Amino acid sequence: MSGGLEPAPRRTYDEHMVKRTLSEKLAILADAAKYDASCASSGGEKRSSKDGKGLGSSGGSGICHAYAPDGRCISLLKVLMTNFCIYDCAYCVNRASSRVERARFSVDEVVKLTIEFYRRNYIEGLFLSSGIIRSPDDTMADMVRIARTLRERENFRGYIHLKTIPDAAPELIEQAGIWADRLSINVELPTETALESLAPEKSSRTIRRAMADVRMRRDAARETSHRGKRPSRFAPAGQSTQMIVGADTATDSQILGQSATLYSAYRLGRVYYSAFSPIPDASKSLPLIRPPLMREHRLYQADWMMRFYGFEAAEIAPPAGMLDLEIDPKLAWALANRGQFPVAVNRAPREMLLRVPGFGPRSVDRILAARRHREVRYEDLVRIGCNLKNARPFISLPGWSPGALPDAAQLRARFASPPEQLSLF
Amino acid sequence: MQVILPRIGMVAAWRAEARRLAASGVPAEEVRWTVGDPAPDLFGETPGLRAGQAIELRLPREAVERIETALHHSDPERFARAYAIVLRLSQGRLRWGDRSDPALHRLLAQEKAVRRDIHKMHAFVRFREIGDPAAVRRAFAAWFEPAHPIAEAAAPFFAGRFGDMDWVIATPHLTARFEDGALNFSETQGKAPPPADATEDLWRTYFANIFNPARLMVSAMTSEMPRKYWKNLPEAELIPELIRTAPERAMAMQAAMPTEPPTRAAKLRPERPALPEGATLATMKPALDACRRCPIGGCATQGVAGEGPETARLMIVGEQPGDREDLEGRPFAGPAGQLFDAMAEEAGLDRAAAWVTNAVKHFKFTPRGKRRIHQRPDAGEVEACRWWLDLERKLVRPKAVLAMGATAAFSLTGNGRDIARRRGTVETLADGTPCLLTLHPAHLLRLPDPVLRAELQAKVTADLRLAAGLSA
Repeated sequence: MSGGLEPAPRRTYDEHMVKRTLSEKLAILADAAKYDASCASSGGEKRSSKDGKGLGSSGGSGICHAYAPDGRCISLLKVLMTNFCIYDCAYCVNRASSRVERARFSVDEVVKLTIEFYRRNYIEGLFLSSGIIRSPDDTMADMVRIARTLRERENFRGYIHLKTIPDAAPELIEQAGIWADRLSINVELPTETALESLAPEKSSRTIRRAMADVRMRRDAARETSHRGKRPSRFAPAGQSTQMIVGADTATDSQILGQSATLYSAYRLGRVYYSAFSPIPDASKSLPLIRPPLMREHRLYQADWMMRFYGFEAAEIAPPAGMLDLEIDPKLAWALANRGQFPVAVNRAPREMLLRVPGFGPRSVDRILAARRHREVRYEDLVRIGCNLKNARPFISLPGWSPGALPDAAQLRARFASPPEQLSLF
Repeated sequence: MQVILPRIGMVAAWRAEARRLAASGVPAEEVRWTVGDPAPDLFGETPGLRAGQAIELRLPREAVERIETALHHSDPERFARAYAIVLRLSQGRLRWGDRSDPALHRLLAQEKAVRRDIHKMHAFVRFREIGDPAAVRRAFAAWFEPAHPIAEAAAPFFAGRFGDMDWVIATPHLTARFEDGALNFSETQGKAPPPADATEDLWRTYFANIFNPARLMVSAMTSEMPRKYWKNLPEAELIPELIRTAPERAMAMQAAMPTEPPTRAAKLRPERPALPEGATLATMKPALDACRRCPIGGCATQGVAGEGPETARLMIVGEQPGDREDLEGRPFAGPAGQLFDAMAEEAGLDRAAAWVTNAVKHFKFTPRGKRRIHQRPDAGEVEACRWWLDLERKLVRPKAVLAMGATAAFSLTGNGRDIARRRGTVETLADGTPCLLTLHPAHLLRLPDPVLRAELQAKVTADLRLAAGLSA
């Protein structure tokens, strides 16, 4: 490999030097898509092909059809339409200055792969993303054409997720929302400054405007008009986004604050966190690191606490701004707020039960149901499915009393496992 | 007594038998349940059926569904357990959902195991094409080995999903066959995985390339895709090699010399849009969007500039954009804006002829779940944003200004106190422009007392009438 002194050979999408086979293109364009974390296919519109006139079904909980050895679920055919790109985002394997192999699918090739994989029950549908070729509008128009061909020509009723290009024209976003179940626009990085320095062509203002546009269209598509006719459905499975973690200096509290803002402002279904991972031909401005997988995991747990356990972003991350990597953030919160414990399981309100480490929304519902009939005892909690190893120091009920809580350091030491050596690097 | 349930339609037969036995008052401990070839007189009078007092079966719908799901478990005791539970539930001797009861606890655990098995069957069946790909209804076949006899419970999902093709799924117990839209079951005749399908090579290509070797996490994979399923998954044969080579592939990426960013990247370093020389109301928007004079701009979608004719004689100033205004980029677009429009119409004030804007141009809020809760901008923020309001005033040069609410009053006059007392009065701004003070429409919307609200609304409407006159 050269010392990187010569400029990388820049090829545009139409300078195909080699005619690649479908299999070669798939290898390149799947490889280029793997840094997008989302693979969800749940929710949205209920559809089926019981009528025998189409292919596919959707709605309800999605299915993971396979798992790769990285532990990630494979639910959708996740590919890039092309990895040619005119943008130069430092963290991205497909940036203009990277010397990775390039390829481009035709509309029909993506349609064919989706249908043939779907018919064999490999996937729930398609998650299509793309590098930017020619212009954002041209690229978005091709992506919309793929979704539309699947729906109109192939009568495809499975799941379609389109990664939306924020600078594309509003008419194209509107089309995208008509054919797709989910739209997503990546915020890419947790702060505006990081985005400016690492993704010079992208603007957090444009990204937010695009998310606002999707939310407004979704709001409008839900309203019934005065004639009682429902307007066209728009991205029924909602919108989501992704943030890369560990490529910039943002703290966990900044990241969670950003997520809380995005959930509240644009009603996102999900925020995905993607640990910045080594890529082939990395940029010198962003040296490779071991992907911060545990940090990513803790952020997902914290995100869960905001969405399902009633925590505010500011409560979760400690003042220092980083989550404890050794214990989960709910346990960390309980240890930091020991004054609120032990919780009397037979009297505490739902909100407080949800804050007990080891109690999930389902076990809390079961406790509340059981409480209506009789007093809940410690033995009941085992059958209800609570994680009592975590819960025990924080609850009191017949059959169990925590006694005096040990001091914070001792308690934390009891839960923190000895530091784990990751095998890579 | 013995009840023999058929292999096909097992659950439906159990349900019919359970009803019949309960109607005859047969206690649970007297029935032995098996699956096999039905005795010839199954539905006839079974000799030795002891007639007791009839038990009426009354169950919550959820209980019926979950008990019947649990019957797909492979445990031979499942039928007896389910019948006993059904009787106890009907007689009020057991409460549905009471996990302290060992039998019910067991049943619910088995139901969960069956649901998981069904889910895994939906996930891991792999069809191979066995007919002509150009046929109107293409034909596919699969061989699958679930942990429990679930074929009948799992097959309807495939009928709903693959409605336009014919398919067969053979399992060690039963075979499901879907032809021309009809789903049928038969007993499986020997194990017969269908011949390989060329598309499997493409699928393996996909599987190998979507895997990120820098994130190897084998236990996360095997907990969701246990090894017992691998033998019928075409992609699984790649797994050992992918795991073996992952560390060196990740290491190679790390070791490779990073690429210098191209020289053109330096040129791309973005400048935050600054206000161009000689900016007009029409060209100030990008700089306003990017304004970070105070921190609230960093959380909002966009800066909301004023709107109206550049020659407007009246300028109307509110507090700050709300949720709706922030999304749309227009002032007074939300509920307060609608109330304002209604009052303006009543007062004969033409909103379209006025310059409508806010004292603060970005939305300040705290996120709460899926909502944004309005936060009043503090004095520092209002002062930082006065720069923009002053620019608008300089460019529009209104004859009169209407300040709605304390924040607008503070921004324009330097004093935001006592608005209730000052409303309806005209004060003079530093440049001599008359400024009429009134309440903000959002304040009216927040009043819980409808009488007080109507009273104040009438006063604000009168103020708007005054403003219309002032700028005429």
